[in-house]
Amino acid sequence: MTTFLLKRLAIGLVTLLVASIVVFGVLEVLPGDPARIMLGMNASPEALQSLRALMGLDQPLVTRYLNWLGGMAVGDFGASITYSSPVIDLIGERLAVSLPLAMIALLLSTLIAIPVGVFAASRRGGVADTITMGTAQVGVAIPNFWFALLLVYVFAVGLQLVPAGGFPSWNEPWAAMKALILPAVSLALPQAAILARVTRSAMVEVMGEDYIRTARAKGLPRKRVLWRHALRNALIPVLTILGLQFAFLLAGTIIIENVFYLPGLGRLIFQAISQRDLIVVEGVVMLLVASVVLINLVVDICYAVVDPRLRVRR
Amino acid sequence: MSLLEIEKLSLSIHGAPILREVDISVASGEVMGLVGESGSGKSMTALTLMQLLPQGARASGRVTFDGIDILSAPESAMCRLRGDDIGMVFQEPMTALNPVKTIGEQVAEGIRWHTGANRADAEARARAMLERVGLPEKQFPLTRYPHELSGGQRQRVVIAIACALKPKLLIADEPTTALDVVLQAQILDLLRDLVDENRMSLLLISHDLAVVTDMSDRITIMRHGEVMEEGETARTLTEQRHPYTRQLAEASTHVPARAKTPVQKGTTEPLLSVQNVTRDYPVRRESLFRPAKPFRAVNNVSFSLDAGQTTALVGRSGCGKSTLARMILALDRPTSGAIAFLGEDISAKSEAALRPARRNMQVVFQDPYGSFDPRHKVERLVAEPLHLLDEKPGQARRRELVAEALEQVGLQTSDLDKYPHEFSGGQRQRISIARAIITKPKLVVADEPVSALDVSIRAQILDLFADLNERLGVAYLFITHDLTVARAITDTVMVMHDGEIVEHGITNDVLNRPATEPAKALVAAAPDLQRALERRLEKVERA
Repeated sequence: MTTFLLKRLAIGLVTLLVASIVVFGVLEVLPGDPARIMLGMNASPEALQSLRALMGLDQPLVTRYLNWLGGMAVGDFGASITYSSPVIDLIGERLAVSLPLAMIALLLSTLIAIPVGVFAASRRGGVADTITMGTAQVGVAIPNFWFALLLVYVFAVGLQLVPAGGFPSWNEPWAAMKALILPAVSLALPQAAILARVTRSAMVEVMGEDYIRTARAKGLPRKRVLWRHALRNALIPVLTILGLQFAFLLAGTIIIENVFYLPGLGRLIFQAISQRDLIVVEGVVMLLVASVVLINLVVDICYAVVDPRLRVRR
Repeated sequence: MSLLEIEKLSLSIHGAPILREVDISVASGEVMGLVGESGSGKSMTALTLMQLLPQGARASGRVTFDGIDILSAPESAMCRLRGDDIGMVFQEPMTALNPVKTIGEQVAEGIRWHTGANRADAEARARAMLERVGLPEKQFPLTRYPHELSGGQRQRVVIAIACALKPKLLIADEPTTALDVVLQAQILDLLRDLVDENRMSLLLISHDLAVVTDMSDRITIMRHGEVMEEGETARTLTEQRHPYTRQLAEASTHVPARAKTPVQKGTTEPLLSVQNVTRDYPVRRESLFRPAKPFRAVNNVSFSLDAGQTTALVGRSGCGKSTLARMILALDRPTSGAIAFLGEDISAKSEAALRPARRNMQVVFQDPYGSFDPRHKVERLVAEPLHLLDEKPGQARRRELVAEALEQVGLQTSDLDKYPHEFSGGQRQRISIARAIITKPKLVVADEPVSALDVSIRAQILDLFADLNERLGVAYLFITHDLTVARAITDTVMVMHDGEIVEHGITNDVLNRPATEPAKALVAAAPDLQRALERRLEKVERA
């Protein structure tokens, strides 16, 4: 198990290194002067000069890459031009919104999807199966921003239960949670629809296995077999999708954060791109790569926890 | 009053009739053998007793177990019966256990569910049960997972689950079909002992008449969902009153008529010669500092095969037969040693240089279902090896060659444009034989070519092999664990054990007077209808 973990960790680090080369390389590949791109065509030569010095553009390529890498290793991602504050602080601030949002959404979607998927699989071919899977199909098809607007219309404008947008701060935990609930739901439901379909098909496959028949022949009722024997075996594909979804929830919230006017990572990267704040873009992209690597590591560990056969082989 | 009484049981699944008016009764403590070919409805009968039928199944008639009307019993009553009063053992030990649960959990689960025992007590009982089925705690702690056990060991776990609560009736559906003969004998012994010890009734389902004869007091023979004949085992099989009983018995012991060609030795160059062939597989190293010792699958094997000769390669599963066959087919290379085919060394040639050899050496696999692409027509499937010819035949010529090959194996020209799913298992095996002989090879390697087939189909395919050997002079290397097959069709036999050939000689000599331990064990374990019947008669007379 330890060697398995060490191996995974090493692979993760290599992935990060490769990603850093790509991210850094993209800046270099951009035609023209990065400083000019960031400041626009009308920038004064003095401003250009000072930005170049700030970005270290007067140094050789390899030195710059190593400096950048070394900086990130100790938490120095550079400073943003537009916000004139360190990128790491910006990210920290935004992560305080995006991470809880992603986690709430993931929790919601898992709590909805797995029981629904198991239920549909247990009624395979029946009316309940058709209805739940039909609903899930609709859930997959509906764009989440449209669904978000619907939620705002009903719960914020109509019932006035929650605010329509904005985020106070974690100093007011209750208000903060209330501000996150609609965005989390609108993120979670489409994800839940996908996850429910995956759970159902994995369960249907597992229910046809011989060992399910063995468990039934022991005298266990159907329901118990479903939860005790089938679910754990069906969990591998579900975990794969969950891992992908979490990565998506962390980075892919740009639209939802804009709908709800949340100061999250998605909006940070959106603003940074439109303001050509390349240092921020670099930092956020690296953070997202790191989180995807980390999530994959967690998913791999979960695989091994769920399936003993994977503990020895890798 | 019998323990189990099945009267006029009819079953249909989605409207398709599966069983018709089946009558079976099993008395308390009795072993009932249920024999039939695939599709005869044996397994469905068992699943009806357990009420574990697939969706869309409709049963009518009467099934009474221990005074309970099974067909009208509610699900909750069935849950109380299953695993407690009726235990069931299945065919496929490799997939019958949940891969993510330990064997201890899986055995203890039923005990806890039915008796309400606490975890510690249930585990103690599970431990005792596993010990009883031959998996002592020391080597097989409860924390083992199924993937850490071999097929035979897994089947022991399945038996432990089924017998943990000493059921009144044990149903065993082809419990040994997936195991080699030596394991089969061990598992059957275990079942017999458990049944005697606990005074259980046993419903033993098998396609193998010899196995059933050896085990059962009474026998029921089924075909196409109907009971053909039922009665006391020895009498039913000696009198063979029903024509189908006779047909089944004859097919099980069928020996194709072959003109005995004396084996000529050393007159000409052998067709195939294998010299000191060894194959090692790398093993995962356990320590950084100790180099891993490779696993030796085939160890210093030498033999030769003459043109037109048929040889059987027999041995238990895992003995290295298939590895050896792969090297002969040049699908794998020996670690050391040489293999010469038609006088040329094939063990180190490039793929292009192997073409003439491949043309003269074809293969027939075990599974007639898995070895064809279901989206291709027979013409394309059978024509596959033709690319090995130096001159590629044209469209018309190709069709002609395929038609010819189909005719050789007893199929028709009209079958050219059909898809594999339109054929039965036996016909598919004919198609794969047609594919093997289309290049007019000198040698056909057949890996368990009849073990997936029903006995009557098996007899026909063995006849076909014998006939092709005679007419076309093809030599065979038959890889099998079934000594009946070896006896029926081969001139010589090689017994393989732990990667080595331990015995090699004229088939009947070796099988009638085995000299080495592994060969003796194989012969002793091989089910044989005649011997089983004799033993059964003795038992009846003594009683």
